[in-house]
Amino acid sequence: MAALGRAALILSFGLVAYALVGGSFAAWKRKRRLALSAQNALVASFATTLVAALVLWSALARRDLSFVYVAQHTSHSLPLGYALSAFWGGQEGSLLLWLLVLTGYASLAVWLNRRSRDLIAWTVPVLGGIAVFFAFMLCFVSSPFKTAAAPADGAGMVPSLQNPYMLAHPPMLYLGYVGLTIPFAFAMGALLAKRTDERWIVATRRWTLAAWAFLGVGQLLGAHWAYVEIGWGGYYAWDPVENAALMPWLASTAFLHSVMIQEKRGMLKVWNVTLVALAFCLSLFGTFLTRSGVVNSIHSFSQSPIGGWFLGFIAVVTVFSVALIYIRLPLLRARTHLESLVSREATFLYNNLLLVALALTILWGVVYPLLTQAVNGTTRSVSKPYYDFFLHTFGLPLLLLMGIGPLVAWRRASLRALGKTFVIPAAFAVVTGGALIGLGFGSSLPGLLAYTFSSFVAASIVLEFVRGRRATGSIVRLVGRNRRRYGGYVVHAAVVLLAIGIAGSSAYQTVRERSLQPGQSMEAAGYTLTYESLQNRQLQNAQQTSAVVEVSRGSSHVATLHPGKSWFPVEQSASNDVSIYHDPRNLGDVYTIADGISKKGTLDLKVLVKPLVNLVWAAGFLFVFGALVAMWPDAVEQRRLADRYAAVPV
Amino acid sequence: MTLALVLGAALAVLAVLAVARPFLREPVAASDALDEPGELERRRLSLAEERDRALFALKELEFDHRTGKISDDDYRRLVGPLRRRAADALRALEPRAEARHARIARPG
Repeated sequence: MAALGRAALILSFGLVAYALVGGSFAAWKRKRRLALSAQNALVASFATTLVAALVLWSALARRDLSFVYVAQHTSHSLPLGYALSAFWGGQEGSLLLWLLVLTGYASLAVWLNRRSRDLIAWTVPVLGGIAVFFAFMLCFVSSPFKTAAAPADGAGMVPSLQNPYMLAHPPMLYLGYVGLTIPFAFAMGALLAKRTDERWIVATRRWTLAAWAFLGVGQLLGAHWAYVEIGWGGYYAWDPVENAALMPWLASTAFLHSVMIQEKRGMLKVWNVTLVALAFCLSLFGTFLTRSGVVNSIHSFSQSPIGGWFLGFIAVVTVFSVALIYIRLPLLRARTHLESLVSREATFLYNNLLLVALALTILWGVVYPLLTQAVNGTTRSVSKPYYDFFLHTFGLPLLLLMGIGPLVAWRRASLRALGKTFVIPAAFAVVTGGALIGLGFGSSLPGLLAYTFSSFVAASIVLEFVRGRRATGSIVRLVGRNRRRYGGYVVHAAVVLLAIGIAGSSAYQTVRERSLQPGQSMEAAGYTLTYESLQNRQLQNAQQTSAVVEVSRGSSHVATLHPGKSWFPVEQSASNDVSIYHDPRNLGDVYTIADGISKKGTLDLKVLVKPLVNLVWAAGFLFVFGALVAMWPDAVEQRRLADRYAAVPV
Repeated sequence: MTLALVLGAALAVLAVLAVARPFLREPVAASDALDEPGELERRRLSLAEERDRALFALKELEFDHRTGKISDDDYRRLVGPLRRRAADALRALEPRAEARHARIARPG
């Protein structure tokens, strides 16, 4: 069936190339039937790519080791779920997933906006152009359908990837990365069509929100995977692959805010198309970082078959976007201006500057080793202190702005009115900060500031709901009338939980390490951990050795933990099996790692007590809820937009 | 292999049919020109966006005033110009005004 997969991919390549060339010609020469034909080609490319994907999934499910990709990423003993997830476990499969999601998204976006013929005519070739790159890579550079004589067994899957989170984390990230293609393509389509109205923003509003939400959820799932699977005790290490997803998320967060200023005030048109292009370029860069091998080993960069292609494509997209924005600058000039530096739109602007500054400093940290390698031939990299410094420098003011923004009126706010709205949240923050200092939380200034600012933001959000309810009479009516705003506030509340969780689990965590013999105990932040014995288990594709560790607090027994290690014979690799007790009393974790288990039964136990860490995961649920509220269709808004575009269907 | 070739060929035929569909449905089109907003339509769209922005600004001002973010003095100072802007935008979108724009757009 590999031949069918190859044929389907060649067809996809032909179809998206036609969408690019035919679509460009149709839009340029104003040919209606050719434009429709190019649209159909884009939709058909989804069907052909789906066939290719089904061929690969079928080969993975059957462990057809004559497929080189299947032999490299699975084995006969690998459970079916993980075998299917190998689709995105390797480079070729990931590229196929990109193309599948891209053509799927493109088909849906084109179909949903088919009445905007003028805009769509130019959007189709942009989408086609992006798809051409991925289809080309899959057909001619990095094919998942290479075949060879089947070995007796496959190489298996990296043990750390054999985790349920891996079934959802990579697809979520790809849904986010690829989702940013849609606002980019529509923005570029609008510029090509010389459209300066907001049609492209209306058409892509939910796409941007969805892509941003997928990226956010994908990162949280990845963080939880790292927390429970990698076994180093944390959930975010400023690893370039982690940063790869954070950067486009930050850029799209900035865009989601600044686009509101364009919608409501007709300002920031240049800034918005620039942000959309930046977010998309960063999503491409993220895929490049993850898939080129450049971050696993700097020296493997030149050996990677896709690294150079990807960099070339990113350069083309960047030059194309910058040139197009520059050419259309005269059309993008705003007729209105910022009325006051103390206004809602001004706070959005400050938030944008901080978000973009944070994204760019992270980008600098990621590319610095590559640049030093390219220039000096020696690799110099930045580490955690660099990122922590900029997270504190830009992140803490951002947190504070999240509380300030909702309290400030649009256009301009007088100091007297500001004083009235600020008094309750500011008082709440001062009292919280004072109480925290009294309780001994002053040991970490960033931690103390994070808690204090979070209390300010939380108070301002609650106040917004209370005042809004008072003004409208009902919370349902209040949210229903402005879903985006109040959905946004729920997302802000999720960020508050995240900030508290991160501050608690990093600034105030306790770490203890000790070698224990059976029967011995150790103390960590009020918990007593007693090592009882070792136990062995045979899993489907691994041998597991784990310790039995009893955890007590005071005189009460609270949990039995089993930190250990698993040996995967096919992969010839071991993994750390951490064991965690979630303490409902402080929303924190007792996190145990078996750093070493000797043949004589000595256990090298590492214990991390991480207060409030579960708020990080709770934030994920609230984030999804807020994003759904913001995305939920608003009938009144739909009618208003239908009326606006009724007479101008193009 | 044969099955793969047959399936591949069938897929190719379906793809070609999908791409050719607009030409198969209309072998000879009365008009093959792609719709493009004219000057008048662009102007109307711009006015509709301006109207929505003005109405939104009024609504927000009202809401900010009711929730205490805007003082009474600021409200009185800001509401007048915003009402005028909204009224101008609505007036410009009236059929008579549109007809005037049309005449300007198509002189002679």
